[in-house]
Amino acid sequence: MTTAVRFSRVSRHYGPVKAVNDVDIDIAEGEFFAMLGPSGSGKTTCLRLIAGFDQPTSGEIEIFGDSAHGVPPYKRHVNTVFQDYALFPHLNVVDNVAYGLMIAGQPKTERRRAAEEALEMVALPGYGGRRPSELSGGQRQRVALARALVNQPKVLLLDEPLGALDLKLREQMQEELKALQRKLGITFVFVTHDQGEALSMADRVAVFNEGRIVQVGKPHDIYYRPDVPFVADFVGSSNVLPPHLTEELTGTWTHATVRPEAVRLSDTGLPATVRSSSFIGTATRVTMDTEHATIVALLPKGAAVPHSGDKVHVTWDPADLHLMEQGG
Amino acid sequence: MTDTVPDTPRSGPLVRLSDLLWRNPRLTVFLLLAPPALWLGIVYLGALFALLAQSFFSIDEFSGLIVYELTLKTYGELFTPANLDIIIRTVVMAASVTVAAAIISFPIAYYAARYARGRWKAVFYIGVMLPLWSSYLVKVYSWKLILAKEGILNWLFETLHLSWLLNAYLSLPVVGGNSLSVSWTGTFLVFLYVWLPFMVLPVQASLERVPPTMLEASGDLGATPGQTFRHVLLPLALPGVIAGSIFTFSLTLGDYIIPQIVGSSRRFIGQAVYSYQGTAGNIPLAAAFAVVPIVIMGIYLWVAKKKGAFDAL
Amino acid sequence: MSTDRAPLWLKLAAAGGLAFMHLPILLIFVYAFTTEDKSYQWPPPGLTLKWFAVTWNRPDVWEALGLSLRVAAISTAIALVLGTLCAAAVSRARFFGREAVSLLVILPIALPGIITGISLRSAFNIMDIPFSFWTIVLGHATFCVVVVYNNAVARFRRTSGSLIEASMDLGANSFQTFQHVILPNIATALLAGGMLAFALSFDEVIVTTFTAGQQQTLPIWMLEELVRPRQRPVTNVVAMVVVLVTFLPILGAYYLTRGTETVAGQGK
Repeated sequence: MTTAVRFSRVSRHYGPVKAVNDVDIDIAEGEFFAMLGPSGSGKTTCLRLIAGFDQPTSGEIEIFGDSAHGVPPYKRHVNTVFQDYALFPHLNVVDNVAYGLMIAGQPKTERRRAAEEALEMVALPGYGGRRPSELSGGQRQRVALARALVNQPKVLLLDEPLGALDLKLREQMQEELKALQRKLGITFVFVTHDQGEALSMADRVAVFNEGRIVQVGKPHDIYYRPDVPFVADFVGSSNVLPPHLTEELTGTWTHATVRPEAVRLSDTGLPATVRSSSFIGTATRVTMDTEHATIVALLPKGAAVPHSGDKVHVTWDPADLHLMEQGG
Repeated sequence: MTDTVPDTPRSGPLVRLSDLLWRNPRLTVFLLLAPPALWLGIVYLGALFALLAQSFFSIDEFSGLIVYELTLKTYGELFTPANLDIIIRTVVMAASVTVAAAIISFPIAYYAARYARGRWKAVFYIGVMLPLWSSYLVKVYSWKLILAKEGILNWLFETLHLSWLLNAYLSLPVVGGNSLSVSWTGTFLVFLYVWLPFMVLPVQASLERVPPTMLEASGDLGATPGQTFRHVLLPLALPGVIAGSIFTFSLTLGDYIIPQIVGSSRRFIGQAVYSYQGTAGNIPLAAAFAVVPIVIMGIYLWVAKKKGAFDAL
Repeated sequence: MSTDRAPLWLKLAAAGGLAFMHLPILLIFVYAFTTEDKSYQWPPPGLTLKWFAVTWNRPDVWEALGLSLRVAAISTAIALVLGTLCAAAVSRARFFGREAVSLLVILPIALPGIITGISLRSAFNIMDIPFSFWTIVLGHATFCVVVVYNNAVARFRRTSGSLIEASMDLGANSFQTFQHVILPNIATALLAGGMLAFALSFDEVIVTTFTAGQQQTLPIWMLEELVRPRQRPVTNVVAMVVVLVTFLPILGAYYLTRGTETVAGQGK
């Protein structure tokens, strides 16, 4: 399989700030790749390095085997959907979408037809005559998508494209984006701080922290088999057991995680005191203090719910306990 | 990509230059900045420093020629009683104009910021912008018409049978004179009129930032309107007043036309600079005189910056 | 808040202040029609249109007007280029000395005009540059830069940086981006800045007295009349025309930036 984007030991430093620090990535052609991390973790800088808005301090970036060194954005077959959409306010929708084709020198009628087709693809037929300011947030987002896709990029970069949409629209767009990516077969690189979004859409996820990639893998592995406590914590707030507790339970000195939904209350096991419990719709979330760690359990509907201050015991299936590779 | 369109080449000198600029963001900033920086640096700063340099020369009293030797003698001349008198008169005038402008502009700015909405907001804005931008000389000229002996102001006093009041005022020392158009008061009125809009705009800008809820909170806590004004509104408006005063003060310090057209024969700094460099040909003394407003404004700006006045500009 | 109403004293004071700012200018309009030609007599003994005809036939007025218009046009053009470049640089990057650049641009208008004027004159003397059309333009362009700069920098600040990136992302190089994205987005701000610069230059007298030599711009013509009144009625008419001529660009600039820029610090 061809590599669409490759980072080899790429760093981007701003003075003393190491925004991106020694990052290696391989993104395969046709892959839906998510870069996940808190703000300031370097994921957006990586996206800008691929687009060419920024240049690495050191290291090498290749796009489809060609070095991107010294190649300005307008010479890369890469297009971007911006977080704020960056629609040109002085152009109407169809001219926005046709902008890239206009620059490429396509005749007017041809590029307008292509733009209309692209608008149809994102379910906005007939909106061409409007100004961006007359559109809703979701519609602007679709126009930005059409404007990028009409150029048939080899890689599509999406910078938190759903961040500004409300929950319902966001879920709908997630599905549409995924379907669109499958249909077109274009490599998507998707930046987000929303772990649910990354896990549900991407083929693979890279988790960023402090300028580095701390784990790359399939969503399932990221979720159930985090390599480091940070991933366990950031991706769906897993329970992290400190090394001495893990040693006590398994004999191995390492961090370990157990998902809240795997935790059960029973008569034997780790003694714990209930700190609080709250009903969250499908389950009840119980927070408990053990001697060495705070444990969160998600109790299914119908289970007996303890009160705060109750002394309980927690346990789980040993198979649900995931030992981390690194000590952390 | 099979398009071979002539008007959008992927290479060529323009594209190569564009590539170069992209690779060197610093070069881009440098190239953007170079023309204006060169213009202002050479034309303006160059001339300014050339002038300041001359203030360290002196003039030979017999030949009237400039002696190109560094000396502080010219600055010493500033402190002769006659010249000191000019400086003090100018600074007092600038201060009076500034205080009066602040007082008159406050209700306008406050009304515009707090009560004017929609159409009225625009009316107030244009109502300040038009006098601000309209011709300086025309504004001065209009006051020559107003203050003239046969003009509208004297006519008004006569019609109201109040001429005695005006005459009593004019007989006062310092502020009075033979008639309004040759009195200190006349000069003051014209200065005030011409620079007033420069005060209104920044004061309004700073008052716009005071949320009405804050004034309500003050009233809610038991303050009378007067107390609210003194303890809440005034401190919050102060940066705007200082920002506006930078204009009124600086503009008054350097003006030489207004006191020449409306006013007594007592000179201001601007007139002194003008006459020394012109008829007297004493460039060093003119330069030294020009330094006075620069120094005063320097001190003023330094104090204003400490008070956070520049946020209101 | 439409619930609270302004107290009466405030209304009166505000209205009085506005009247103080406008009545003197309106007075000029009356004097342009007066039949009295020897003094500034009020009320005017009669009204006439004949001074407009007299003014129309005065070659010196036309010459001064022509010079002023030419100086304003060229100075505005130079200020547009320099001010836009400066605004682009300042808004584009945080670089060392950014504050210094802003200060340098504002200085020619912050310091009293007489200092700018006398500096330029002594510099011309030192370098043996004779007074000409271009010595006037040199001074005017210098203090007009700030007006264009202020307008352009405000618009650049509003124009999101990602628009430029989006354009380059879609294949446009720096120059195509300038032509197709930057210019259309800052055009009205530049037009407004240019109009104000034009009004500023058209009106300037203090610096000009030092850089014009024997040449007469319209403000210099007026200044001569103010110091030594010879043609009072003609001066009245010229003053009225000057007011009308400067009002147009100011109103134009207001309508161009209305709603897009925050009006004088409507900080919200």
